[in-house]
Amino acid sequence: MRKLLAIIIAAGLLLALSVIFAAAEDGAAPAGEKAPAAPETTAPANSAAKEGGQVYYLNFKPEQSVQWEQLAKRYTQQTGVPVTVMTAAADTYEDTLRSEMEKRQMPTLFQVNGPVGLRTWRDYCLDLSGTALVKHLKSDEFALRENGQVLGVAYAIETYGLIYRRDLLEKYCALPDAVIRQPEEINSFAVLKAVAEDIQKRRQELGVEGAFTSAGMDASSDWRFKTHMANLPIYYEYRAGNVNVSDAIQGTYLDGMRSLWDLYLQNATCAPTLIGARTNEDALAEFALGEAVFYQNGTWAYDGLIEAGLTDEQLGMLPIYIDAPGEEEQGLCTGSENYWCVNRKASEADISATIAFLEWCITSDEGRQALAHEMGFVTPFDTFGDAYTADNPLQRAANEYLAMGRTPVAWSFTTIPSETWKNNVGDALLEYAQGTGSWEQVRTAFVDGWAEEYRAANGR
Amino acid sequence: MERFIGKYWPVFVLPTLVAFAVGFLAPFLMGLYLSFCDFTTLSDAVFTGFDNYLRAFSDASGAFLRSLGYTALFAVISTLLINVFGLGVALLLSRPLPGRDAYRTVLFLPNLIGGIVLGWLWQVIFNGLLAPYGLTVVTNEWYGFWGLVLIMLWQQAGYMMIIYISGLTTIPAELNEAAGIDGASPWQTFWHVTLPMLRPSVTICTFLTLTGGFKLFDQNLALTGGMPSGRSELLALNIYNTFYGRSGWEGAGQAKAVVFCAIVVGIALLQLRLTQQGEVEA
Repeated sequence: MRKLLAIIIAAGLLLALSVIFAAAEDGAAPAGEKAPAAPETTAPANSAAKEGGQVYYLNFKPEQSVQWEQLAKRYTQQTGVPVTVMTAAADTYEDTLRSEMEKRQMPTLFQVNGPVGLRTWRDYCLDLSGTALVKHLKSDEFALRENGQVLGVAYAIETYGLIYRRDLLEKYCALPDAVIRQPEEINSFAVLKAVAEDIQKRRQELGVEGAFTSAGMDASSDWRFKTHMANLPIYYEYRAGNVNVSDAIQGTYLDGMRSLWDLYLQNATCAPTLIGARTNEDALAEFALGEAVFYQNGTWAYDGLIEAGLTDEQLGMLPIYIDAPGEEEQGLCTGSENYWCVNRKASEADISATIAFLEWCITSDEGRQALAHEMGFVTPFDTFGDAYTADNPLQRAANEYLAMGRTPVAWSFTTIPSETWKNNVGDALLEYAQGTGSWEQVRTAFVDGWAEEYRAANGR
Repeated sequence: MERFIGKYWPVFVLPTLVAFAVGFLAPFLMGLYLSFCDFTTLSDAVFTGFDNYLRAFSDASGAFLRSLGYTALFAVISTLLINVFGLGVALLLSRPLPGRDAYRTVLFLPNLIGGIVLGWLWQVIFNGLLAPYGLTVVTNEWYGFWGLVLIMLWQQAGYMMIIYISGLTTIPAELNEAAGIDGASPWQTFWHVTLPMLRPSVTICTFLTLTGGFKLFDQNLALTGGMPSGRSELLALNIYNTFYGRSGWEGAGQAKAVVFCAIVVGIALLQLRLTQQGEVEA
């Protein structure tokens, strides 16, 4: 018996060791030794095909998975370079990326969500300086830089705000003694509050169930608040301090966020105690069925809203106001948390194939057509002229606010020190709403949590 | 025959042994090694000694220890309820009843549904029931707790019932008969004849439910996801969230997993020893 046990354990150990060593060998070999460097040529795509390079894209956005696969197929037909697209299910990108990186055929193209995501994957990110991707960027702010290297390039610029049902809001405006005469008059928290509370009061008259859709804190929806709403106080604080990132947040504008959160909770389709169970689908359904007038979300929600039966004319988007000084000049929240990174640890042939594929995506007609019209992305590349610009009412709202001279709110949330910070703030927001926690807990999670998480992420 | 097996046993053992080594031993040993490392992916691990273990116990306001207490309570309560209920139903359904097999099947069925699906289904049911009172299953950790107990009772009782029924059928009828002739009441017969004879089944069932209670993950993830504020996190979910939820904490999550493994093995061994002591042979 004892002998048998010894044999089993020895066998297991051997196996484990061989796995570890095999993995170590993989990692240790410098990428350059694996394949001869691709010769200089004007058609990198074709040379990559000859070299046997291939592209493996781990896509972040499930909404666009089909479009990416089609685009990959078209590219393969044209150039012969195999392009594999795999999409991680919602909310599992990091897990999937982690396990895919273990494999022999690892993703050559993946994405990080900004400076914080980059910290995890910086060892895997190739310096993209000098590639067409960087050359075509309209502005340097869309490049993810570290120590002078460009480790990621944004490819989709998105905008969020308070999406509203134009038809319902206009119906409200037409009521006698309505607070406003047209939706565009909402230009500050004070006006928003007056309108929302009036709508809530007269909801029977309007045939709605609440001014706002349910502020669901289920995992499918909580990011709308713990990340997107929380962005505003961070943004205003950064702006006041004239910084882009901070190791300690003071929470100067938190009271404004509290007012907004109270407004969301008190004037919604459901009781604040129930939001722990509400999902994003719930909110979308309420909005589509005309049960609520306002729905905090962004341009990416457009397809879902249309699928739910709404039309372009019924949609509009307002800035999110938190009663900050000078917010009459504030616009929508525009930024990106989608950065392409090329895997430095992939083989030389795969790397050049991947870079060629990306160049094709942003310069060829098919690529631009797919990105702009099929996937609906607004890209930061100068190759996308007016002909290749996504066009929908939410996107138009973003452009209109820009044209009006409003200052767009940056996506400062990409500098949030960790997911844990978001989760803790989200938890505290939920407990505050349920009445099982106080606002002090939100403040603690927001301010103290920031310093703690920043230290944990950077200092250890 | 004996000689044949004596000679060729490696042939029979090998397939299982290989599967066991690849699927269990290797990951286990790698995991043990990784719990002493700082890593993002398995191939870039750097040895850091006991650092991870210190971090595992010092994480946000003792979440790991609180989760351990919550899990232990859950494991004990669910073990008691599942076994009492499973045995009760087994006793009922080992009598000649019309439609007995149908009842057995129906009670066993929930066991065939995956944990995530169950968690979602019951989340909808619980939230539907609680909504009129302005409550949800995540209002506080105890709604989630009793929700989980209910789910596990519903799912596991049928499985334990099957084990108990098979145990009951092995008890010789003469024993009950003799007890009846000696004038024992049904209660006395159960307590002094049936239960002692069932001890092997009790050992198996309590082992399965107790370790199952400690290891529970799917239902917890789907029902509450640890909400509110991670207070309804059972150990397995806490480990998962540490490993995947925090960049740089993979090692600490791994260390927690090793500690968790040691705890479950320890408890299981203790429980086996305790329940085996009273087993009798017919």
